[in-house]
Amino acid sequence: MKQDIPGTIMFDGALAQKGYALNRMCFSFNSAENRAAFLKDEEAYCRKYGLSAEQRAAVKSRSVLRMIEAGGNIYYLAKLAGIFGLNVQDIGAQQTDVSVSEFKRRLEAAGR
Amino acid sequence: MARIIGGVASTHVPAIGKAIAEKKQNDPYWKPFFQGFDYVHQWLAREKPDVAVVFYNDHGLNFFLDKLPTFAIGAASEYRNEDEGWGIPVSRSLKGYPELSWHLINQLVADEFDITVCQEMLVDHAVTIPMALMWPGETWPVRIVPVSINTVQHPLPSVARCFKLGQSIGRAIDSFAENLRVMIVGTGGLSHQLDGKRAGFINKEFDTLCLDKIANDPLALTRYSIHDIVAEAGAQGVELLNWVAMRGALTGKVSEVHRNYHIPISNTAAATVVLNNQAIERRKVA
Repeated sequence: MKQDIPGTIMFDGALAQKGYALNRMCFSFNSAENRAAFLKDEEAYCRKYGLSAEQRAAVKSRSVLRMIEAGGNIYYLAKLAGIFGLNVQDIGAQQTDVSVSEFKRRLEAAGR
Repeated sequence: MARIIGGVASTHVPAIGKAIAEKKQNDPYWKPFFQGFDYVHQWLAREKPDVAVVFYNDHGLNFFLDKLPTFAIGAASEYRNEDEGWGIPVSRSLKGYPELSWHLINQLVADEFDITVCQEMLVDHAVTIPMALMWPGETWPVRIVPVSINTVQHPLPSVARCFKLGQSIGRAIDSFAENLRVMIVGTGGLSHQLDGKRAGFINKEFDTLCLDKIANDPLALTRYSIHDIVAEAGAQGVELLNWVAMRGALTGKVSEVHRNYHIPISNTAAATVVLNNQAIERRKVA
């Protein structure tokens, strides 16, 4: 994983291969039926998509940084986050370890 | 002959779709962004485009990592939106223009852009939100040709390559025999980052530079590498590629006639520009 821009992930071939199963599962969440199936039995749903142990643990932890580490791409992960009613400010706050109101304050400050 | 009348670039943040559905245009949070479209509406009413060629990036509605084209073009008579999984309302469909699509495809491949051709293509919020912003009414009075640029999986096409793609499409439109008024749309951006410990990154200084260069000195932007763009504009700020392709397609004398820039909309520095394209008279063959 290229890490030379601090705090930034280049989703490249290595990550695209590593994260394929996890991203494929998240891609399936375009369907409401699949979102419901995940909520009904998360364990079985993850098994069906063949998540690695690392990916399964990351999903279980709900940590976006861990899911990214396991090869997740943010555009697909956002569909998973949506199942839990989380938007990009919520997951931004989680990844930067601040409250959502502090995260929003920082965004506003960037405009000044 | 078809005539390129100008270009519009617009942010396409999904939250805008929700704000429209909930009629929040005049809320203090949203107003500085939505009022940036007042001029766009006047411009469209005056310029009356027939067709919009839309450069955008798919976020996992039509394309997945199983088959991910670097450049893809729609050749359908209708483009549908569907559930994208993050709770924004599904948009109405858009009309396509297969004759123009195939003309562009033929010219692009002849010009060594070996583009993926899609007779079926779902379009996501990156197309439907700018449409809803430009035409907030009940109908969309243009047909579209969507052109998708990969901004999901590296390696991404370079800024210079996207500019050349736009130039090739611009030349192809100029040679289309029908009497059409064509506008070019580039969606997404400007600076933002959704993922990683730098999530929330916004760079007003770099955005201002991009806005200053896009009309009059786009070649300055093509000198940046993708790595530079990620560093300066954030991981998802690479959507600038759609803006650069749009600018490339403006083949005449280009001038900026409108600009709006507002931080933040969701996690993003939101920007809207309108560029006029004045056709350069070609020397008549004696």
